[in-house]
Amino acid sequence: MLTIVCPHCGARDQTEFRAGGEADRPRPADPFALTDAEWADFLFMRGNVMGLQRELWVHAAGCGKWFSLTRDTRTHRFAP
Amino acid sequence: MRVALGGTRIDRSRTIHFRFDGRTLAGHPGDTLASALLANGIHLVGRSFKYHRPRGILSAGAEEPNALVTIGEGAFAEPNSRATMVELYDGLVARSQNAWPSLGHDLGAVTGIASRLFPAGFYYKTFLGSSRTWTGLYEPLIRRMAGLGPAPTAADPDAYDKVHAHCETLVVGGGAAGRAAALEALGQGRVILIDEGVATPPLDGVRLLNRTTAFGCYDDNLVMAVERVNDHLPPGERRGPRQRLWQIRAKRIVLATGAHQQPLVFPNNDLPAIMIASAGLTYLRDFGLLVGRRIVMVGSSDAADELRAAGAQVIEVAAIAAAHGRKRVASVTDGQGTRHRCDAVLMAGGWQPAVHLHSQIGGRLSFDPARHCFVPVVDPSRARLIGACAGDVPVDRPSAPVAGPNAFVDFQNDVTLADIDLATREGFVSVEHLKRYTTTGMATDQGKLSNLNAITRLAHNLGGAPGSVGTTTFRPPYTPVTFGALAAHDRDQFIDPTRTTPMHDWHVGQGAVFEDVGQWKRPRYFPRDGEDMRAAVRRECRAVRRGVGVLDASTLGKIDVRGPDAASFLNLIYANGWSKLPVGRCRYGVMLGEDGMVFDDGVSARIAEHQFLTFTTTGNAARVLDHMEDYHQTEWPHLKVWLNSVTEHWAAAVVTGPLARDVLREVVSDVDLSAAAFPHLSWREGRIAGHKVRLYRISFTGELSFEVHCDSRFARPIWEALLAAGERFGITPYGTEAMHVLRAEKAYVIIGQETDGTVAPDDLGLSWVVSKSKPDFIGKRSLARPELQRPDRKQLVGLTMDAFVDEGAQLTAGAADTVMLGHVTSSYPGAVDEKPFALALVTGGRQRIGTSLYAHFGGRSLRCNVTDPVFYDPEGVRLHG
Repeated sequence: MLTIVCPHCGARDQTEFRAGGEADRPRPADPFALTDAEWADFLFMRGNVMGLQRELWVHAAGCGKWFSLTRDTRTHRFAP
Repeated sequence: MRVALGGTRIDRSRTIHFRFDGRTLAGHPGDTLASALLANGIHLVGRSFKYHRPRGILSAGAEEPNALVTIGEGAFAEPNSRATMVELYDGLVARSQNAWPSLGHDLGAVTGIASRLFPAGFYYKTFLGSSRTWTGLYEPLIRRMAGLGPAPTAADPDAYDKVHAHCETLVVGGGAAGRAAALEALGQGRVILIDEGVATPPLDGVRLLNRTTAFGCYDDNLVMAVERVNDHLPPGERRGPRQRLWQIRAKRIVLATGAHQQPLVFPNNDLPAIMIASAGLTYLRDFGLLVGRRIVMVGSSDAADELRAAGAQVIEVAAIAAAHGRKRVASVTDGQGTRHRCDAVLMAGGWQPAVHLHSQIGGRLSFDPARHCFVPVVDPSRARLIGACAGDVPVDRPSAPVAGPNAFVDFQNDVTLADIDLATREGFVSVEHLKRYTTTGMATDQGKLSNLNAITRLAHNLGGAPGSVGTTTFRPPYTPVTFGALAAHDRDQFIDPTRTTPMHDWHVGQGAVFEDVGQWKRPRYFPRDGEDMRAAVRRECRAVRRGVGVLDASTLGKIDVRGPDAASFLNLIYANGWSKLPVGRCRYGVMLGEDGMVFDDGVSARIAEHQFLTFTTTGNAARVLDHMEDYHQTEWPHLKVWLNSVTEHWAAAVVTGPLARDVLREVVSDVDLSAAAFPHLSWREGRIAGHKVRLYRISFTGELSFEVHCDSRFARPIWEALLAAGERFGITPYGTEAMHVLRAEKAYVIIGQETDGTVAPDDLGLSWVVSKSKPDFIGKRSLARPELQRPDRKQLVGLTMDAFVDEGAQLTAGAADTVMLGHVTSSYPGAVDEKPFALALVTGGRQRIGTSLYAHFGGRSLRCNVTDPVFYDPEGVRLHG
């Protein structure tokens, strides 16, 4: 079980958190500027990288804060 | 046979008694069950898993694959206990396993003769034929013949505990290396030392956990361990929990887990009294007993003199070609063909470091040809390994494996050298495939005494060095863990919280039948005078349609949305618009996912210019708040809005039916209840029984309805005041079942029943809800996708038929068709007329109104007429009343 550092509460057990998927894919400011294919890509496609990945987490059973961090998907180690 | 020498663990001055298979035997305090059996000359203690081979005690520790027994009786019985790890106490009761009618005369042993029929992969080869052959013949046969001890059928009466601990240094293993490491770490903060055994004397400043096995090592230095608090005590002396689960988070981990000496492979190497050499020595040194009088030693003779000094004859041989005997080894043939009479064999097949915890979290191994074992690769970012588990092990001179009948590699799963060879010939050349095909290493001992021999043989068969094929994956647990310890306190009513409303006790007093909605207990119906559910629901439905009913709706999710940007925020969250909703009014809203599918629905009320109260479905309340928080924090943090769950703060009673207003007039003050002053979809503040209440005109039944919301602390008197006022109008409490019937007649959907994550608003006939004027909201872009425009999407329709149809029934165009056009989502008898009706999602459903379909369920087909989904008061006259 990972130890995850919540920016608000500090280091806590993984069971207090919920993963929110890949980070840094903001919702397009004007969705209608995208073609259907581009919108489908935003909706359904993910990078699924092997290595360092920016991802979202929420301290669901704690303060409720959403935050992003970098994790190595091969080792589960969080980058500083 | 007990001797005068040795015995550091036992107290020879005292004798205690125990029973094994009904025989009363004597031992000493400090004995294990295994040592006490050996001291009584008992070597045959069990029958093997597949072939019912007679088996004895192979080892003296946690790695034991053979000597599995059931300890205790009745509900306290624990099957598959390793006799080598069971501490003896006065009155202990043990039974052998997998033998019938008795251990000595096991009829199942005839399968030993037929062992040629059970080769590697026999699961895949033998059980061909129809599935009926499997369930009718093979499976019951295998279940009777193969296996371990039966689990007790009664609930576990023992209590278990769970503890979290934190320390700077965690040392696993209380041998010399582990103790030294613990003392050395004292200057660096808290130290916990875990030891599987008992003998370790305490160390000053170190928290010592005896009788504790670290069974799993996880990310970020989390170690799970189980402490056997009471298992070593007679039942009458046990206090507190039986076992305790430790979850230890450490800054540093030091592993000093030792090594396991391996067996040699030769025909009949599984006969009782053929043992691991170091175990024979442990039994002498720790328990003061000799495992035989005439002992053959093979692979190493380091301790031969010590055994001789204790009174044994020792014959040293370089290799064994075969062992002979029936229920105990009687002789061996050595590598030169010479036969030696004996009553025990001690074999030394090399030492394999116990690297399990290191490997479980991805630590790597490399093969060391000099010591013939896998040693851990040092990695400074991982646990430190010291002593034998780091590869600091004695060097044996193991002889090459000898093929032949009954040359066992995996004792517990009855896998032979021939099985490994067969699997290689059949192409199972990956070590992971070999494991699954032959089941080697997959027994409860996790291959502690078999993996090295199996991997070595596979590599040999492929013409490579042992290290060339790698190892299988090490997974927790290192040794079996009871479900009781893992569950600890999380059992019975403590598995999940139970949520009840402030009116719960009243419902109980009325004899309500409850149903679980998420964690909530909600009254399903209120049976009177022996009514069954159908009769109670019919009475409750009719009361609402003809008079007045009252429902406890406190479980509805409630989210307080406030801030200058509250309306802007809701405009983005919901498909409909909120800006123009005046204070004092309410609106039904639908929330979509970004994919355009319906996620939740419910009414929101504008409490003030900058404050809304949003109602969610009972089961979805937490998810909706999470969803809102997610978007607020990650996408629109610039919006000034605050979200709070107030579900528990407000209790709610729905007063509904043609007489609802008459009831409220009796108890409500400060509110003009007339339709003109207080129209449908508005809210007012008033008083009941002196307490402030909010009244919402929201209807989920299709009748004139008032939802009475109040501070939860005053809910009970307000609820009782409503019932007292309604008494002369025949007010009837109703439950969720009647609620479902009433709402279905109005085609009010239930999220998760009419929807399943693939249903868009238009599919439910809710296009009128979706704002055309808002530039953006969650899901809007997806609604414009071509897939969402298709005319053959599944749409909500009503069904009428002559008989009751099951929810989930599949719908086809013709009675004999197999192309599914949709399914039934809700099905009830009508509230008043009791005629069966249903809601269904059907491909191009709205075009099919007026036609018929066939519903298929339980082997039957039923003709259904497709209708508009709104069955009751389509003009909405009643709810505006």
